[in-house]
Amino acid sequence: MSNQPSANQLDDKTIAELREIAARYPEPRSGLLPMLHLVQSAQGRITPEGIEACAAILEISAAEVNGVATFYTMYKRHGVGDYHVGVCTNTLCAVMGGDAIFQRLKDHLEIGNDEVAAQRQGDSRTVSLEHIECNAACDYAPVVMVNWEFMDNQTPESAVQMVEALRVGHDVSSTRGPKLCTWREAERVLAGFPDGRVDEGPTAGTASLAGLEIARERGWSAPDPSVAPAKEPTDG
Amino acid sequence: MVDTLTPVLTDLWDAELGWKLATYEERGGYAALDVAFAMSPDDVITAVKDSGLRGRGGAGFPTGMKWSFIPQDNPKPKYLVVNADESEPGTCKDIPLMMGNPHVLVEGVILSSYAIRANKAFIYIRGEVVHVIRRVQAAVAEAYAAGHLGSNIHGSGYDLDVVVHAGAGAYICGEETALLEGLEGRRGQPRLRPPFPAVAGLYASPTVINNVESIASVPAIVKNGAAWFGSMGTEKSKGHGIFSLSGHVQKPGQYEAPLGITLRELLDLAGGVREGHQLKFWTPGGSSTPLFTAEHLDVPLDFEGVAGAGSMLGTRALQIFDETVCVVRAVLRWSEFYKHESCGKCTPCREGTWWLVQALARLESGQGSEEDLDQLLDQCDNILGRAFCALGDGATSPVTSSIQHFREEYLAHLEQGGCPFDPARSTAWSGQEVSA
Repeated sequence: MSNQPSANQLDDKTIAELREIAARYPEPRSGLLPMLHLVQSAQGRITPEGIEACAAILEISAAEVNGVATFYTMYKRHGVGDYHVGVCTNTLCAVMGGDAIFQRLKDHLEIGNDEVAAQRQGDSRTVSLEHIECNAACDYAPVVMVNWEFMDNQTPESAVQMVEALRVGHDVSSTRGPKLCTWREAERVLAGFPDGRVDEGPTAGTASLAGLEIARERGWSAPDPSVAPAKEPTDG
Repeated sequence: MVDTLTPVLTDLWDAELGWKLATYEERGGYAALDVAFAMSPDDVITAVKDSGLRGRGGAGFPTGMKWSFIPQDNPKPKYLVVNADESEPGTCKDIPLMMGNPHVLVEGVILSSYAIRANKAFIYIRGEVVHVIRRVQAAVAEAYAAGHLGSNIHGSGYDLDVVVHAGAGAYICGEETALLEGLEGRRGQPRLRPPFPAVAGLYASPTVINNVESIASVPAIVKNGAAWFGSMGTEKSKGHGIFSLSGHVQKPGQYEAPLGITLRELLDLAGGVREGHQLKFWTPGGSSTPLFTAEHLDVPLDFEGVAGAGSMLGTRALQIFDETVCVVRAVLRWSEFYKHESCGKCTPCREGTWWLVQALARLESGQGSEEDLDQLLDQCDNILGRAFCALGDGATSPVTSSIQHFREEYLAHLEQGGCPFDPARSTAWSGQEVSA
């Protein structure tokens, strides 16, 4: 299912959905970012045909669409794996071990940055690798993202085990989110078409709750609004 | 006396199914709507002004004042845009907030839109957080189904539509005018100001752009009153804020406290710096805010306190680094980030961040001379205040502050012909089972 060549032309359903995205906005061009996410979901990457389709729907030039597609790092002009693995190597995660994780994964998968690992005999799924910037989960450092789901507090060993599980087709879940779907399925959610996985995973991960747990233990809370506030709203 | 920690936005995070409408409503969620609808929009603006709420996205501009800049005599539609593009290195508060309690954001969007008389609002979420986007999409859908969104909300005659919009990977889109470009389907490059977005923002219409945490703070202000909010925090920095501790601390995580708490107090709660190590340097508000050291443990973490000590409160993103970390390595990596994320529109930032990386990489590998440090400072001088937006300014902060506090460490790289630190000692697993 993952290796079917993408049809060059977008199918009618996808074209209709691209129009649906544009119609969400007062001005259709505002839909371009989610539309390009949908192109990736349908075709596995930003294709010339996808660019032409967006341009035709929005009545702008293909060059303008291309200019947008090349600006944002989530748009891929070459394919990625079924599971796109992003290792945070911004300063804090790098220091906490992200550099070591990224190096280990490059060695293990025998690829460089932004490349797809070879599909071995017996692998049912492919994996690609990229180093990414801060993904807003610093309290879970070092952080790895898979198809833009959080894999918190990783080590080189846990990261290798994870990519191996993914390649052979085992189910892997985000450490505070749902069972991982494929990159193309995730791109469809980003285009604004929910996939029904919203209720998987917890309300919050462990680190997110660090302060709240202390407040609960010690009986701390925000002031009771029914008690007269201690200070006037505008003093001085 | 106000408690040391004051969970308001984080209060729901330990609830089972915290993201569901039923959970939020059981705790009084969406009750602020009827309070607001009984007031005039101007009175809602006044309430937020009186509360002293200042923008939680970094700049700290008074939220109510921003709203009052919307020219109500302008016949064009008004828009509210929520900046949920959280990408500043170290900042990690809005993402768990939207994942655990998305309805407080949606309720805040409704109240804020009502105040500025907008009938259309957008929540621009960075694309790299699929599950967070799912949760916000679902919260908006639930709010529509319950009659909190759509037409004639709660019978008030007020209509509002909300669109959840996913970005596509660009730090620069956290800059408000670059975000508008992204939302208009263009390359995310900042706009020249004036005109400010309040006058000519999205589609050249009057637009308010606020951070997630700012908007999410509005329901409790409307419900509990400006005085309640102002009873937390300090004189000019009122209310509660989420402080994000990360790095070499025993218990990294989110701590919601009145503004003005100190790092010493927060570290105390978080169990201190990791076992057997000492604090070396930290960022008070993300990588774009000048570095602090152990000297600054007692600086009140409010807008004035941090500015007075030479940095910025920013997003309260406290990244903690202990003595095993090479400051040159840290600053080089941040500089590589700014170089990568520079949008290319203006020369000081596009070229300047490139040169910073060149010079820092040379120094880190022990090449160059002491004069390179002066040249680095000179380069920073040529970026700071000359770049088109705050990205360029931010890029200079770690460089200048690290040279100020750790000049000797830069020189040690030159003396030793390379980095004197072992990066393996800084990892989360250092001292446990070591991996090659």
